[in-house]
Amino acid sequence: MINIVTPNNKGTYKQPDIFGYYGSFGGAYIPEMLHSNVEELKEKYLQIMYEESFQKEFQHLLHDYAGRPTPLFLAERLSKQFNTKIYLKREDLNHTGAHKINNAIGQVLLALRLGKKRIIAETGAGQHGVATATVCALKGLECIVYMGEVDMERQQPNVARMRMLGATVLPATSGSKTLKDATNEAIRDWINNPNDTHYVIGSVVGPHPYPDMVARFQSVISEEMKKQLKEKEGTELPDYVVACVGGGSNAAGAFYHFLDDPKVQLVAVEAAGCGINSGMSAATTQLGKPGVLHGSKSLVMQTPDGQVVEPHSISAGLDYPGIGPLHAHLYESGRAKFLSATDKESLDAAFNLTKMEGIIPALESAHALAALKQMKLKPTDVTILCLSGRGDKDLATYMKAMESNQ
Amino acid sequence: MNRLEELFQRKKEKILNVYCTAGFPELDSTLTVMKALQDNGADIIELGMPYSDPLADGPVIQASGTRALQNGMTIEKLFAQLQDCRKEIYIPIILMGYMNPVLQYGFERFCQHAAAIPVDGLILPDLPEHEFETEYGPIIKRYGLDFIFLVTPETSEERIKKLDELSTGFLYAVSSSSTTGKQQDFDAVEKYLQRLQGMNLKNPVLVGFGIKDKQSFETACKHASGAIIGTAYIKNIESAQDIKAGTKAFLQPIIG
Ligand SMILES: Cc1ncc(COP(=O)(O)O)c(C=O)c1O
Repeated sequence: MINIVTPNNKGTYKQPDIFGYYGSFGGAYIPEMLHSNVEELKEKYLQIMYEESFQKEFQHLLHDYAGRPTPLFLAERLSKQFNTKIYLKREDLNHTGAHKINNAIGQVLLALRLGKKRIIAETGAGQHGVATATVCALKGLECIVYMGEVDMERQQPNVARMRMLGATVLPATSGSKTLKDATNEAIRDWINNPNDTHYVIGSVVGPHPYPDMVARFQSVISEEMKKQLKEKEGTELPDYVVACVGGGSNAAGAFYHFLDDPKVQLVAVEAAGCGINSGMSAATTQLGKPGVLHGSKSLVMQTPDGQVVEPHSISAGLDYPGIGPLHAHLYESGRAKFLSATDKESLDAAFNLTKMEGIIPALESAHALAALKQMKLKPTDVTILCLSGRGDKDLATYMKAMESNQ
Repeated sequence: MNRLEELFQRKKEKILNVYCTAGFPELDSTLTVMKALQDNGADIIELGMPYSDPLADGPVIQASGTRALQNGMTIEKLFAQLQDCRKEIYIPIILMGYMNPVLQYGFERFCQHAAAIPVDGLILPDLPEHEFETEYGPIIKRYGLDFIFLVTPETSEERIKKLDELSTGFLYAVSSSSTTGKQQDFDAVEKYLQRLQGMNLKNPVLVGFGIKDKQSFETACKHASGAIIGTAYIKNIESAQDIKAGTKAFLQPIIG
């Protein structure tokens, strides 16, 4: 099924080099207090992930608990609208409503095999927090989720879900009180609890080996896409794969098994917020510069003095001032094309999908949908769009948009 | 011989390093604080360069950094403030900060400007040893700056030896795997320091994190060359009306 790839000296798109670099991005820029934890993971993650017993349990939970494989759905009316062929990879149909559960299952199983008793996580929109709290409930593990005070306010239903699942939700009150600060708090917690705790990072960010580990856990998305497309189209390879990018985990998973097929064009969609040059945006490749954030070198939105800035997006899951090092490399090397969609375009795209296909997408996924317009797709093109999550959590935002449109 | 080497040759015990955040409590109080520290018995000044996301620091130091940033502090302004400081500050100065602002300033330009003050050493907790060895260490050396690595109770003996080998000036022993400002279990700390003491390290060891008063300072100094006070001092000048008097009141009981 999945091959064990042992680290070699030269990184590839699918695998960073032994120091965690994809091209010039990655590494493990961590204080010494995190070294033993990160080193332990680095030494053991590949070995554990590809043990037979691990794979058996992981595949079992993906199948029977998360509900995988998720369907590859030909969106006929949407296709007609764009005069092309568009498939939706239905990650929204996963248990807990997004792709985040793939990684949460993987990392919690890994933590158990490392003998950890306590799980911590950061969350922005709350989807990763809910996914982690869910798997911790399933496995009877203590779960602490850090969430920016501001995000707790704007994502109250997910806070309630996490609490019902038995997790402790702690507010991050420093800095801008959002995802970036929740990540800082989670890292501090890990520093203070070096022995019994595993930190489940929710995207392909953080120090090596996290970006690689999370990409591998999410790679099931493209593994299934290939099989499903073969059945439907007689070929494994689409012309385009489109996904939204916050930190980049659903995109990494959707791109993964196509990375070495240059025929497949990869399209990553960032959140432009109120517009790239509005000062209220989260389009990291457009606005960021190389820098170090949360333990890796990547593209980071920052002031000329190197202070990390607070981004803006209507979608809390894309409201992050960085992207994973793999994506910075895909951008720099030109392997993926980076587009962006504004708050308004994404809202419109969400309503359009709902009307055309009867699917209410997450606001994050709506950014990928909004980019279709910019792509000049041909009638003969086959596109797979990663519908990373469902829109239940965004209903309040959608209702507000409906009211103001009336 | 730089000021750090000179200090460690002259003084073998109870070396007091005090951390303060540049641009805190006011933008232009940096020098006042440094002068007050020197006048009241500090042997080394560790000057923190504020950063929006200081992973290795606790809430008190982070809050002081946030305030410094609100005051408008930047590396550019810090070097301007330090320009003539050697007219009155003769004790060693170490700059402590995080990679990202230094990278944006330009790593080499940063070292060049630090050496021009001159500053004596650097602490960049998120600069890993691989990147230090392959990329940044040679630049730091070229400008004659010391570079100080951190070790923790979780650091393996082999790794402590390696980090000691790479460090110049001193080795920074974090007294427990914790961000600054946390309370410590001093029995465990003592065992750890004894272990370090028995290792015949090349560099003197200074103990950081969790030192707040005479008793914790003395305990740390039993098995190390000295200690670093950060959070407790920041708390002190945060609330002090007068930086000079506050610093005096805080440091005298500790060194007295
Ligand atoms: C549905 C959904 N899609 C996408 C994202 C963005 O994360 P990533 O870029 O890691 O896929 C999130 C994050 O919360 C999400 O909930």
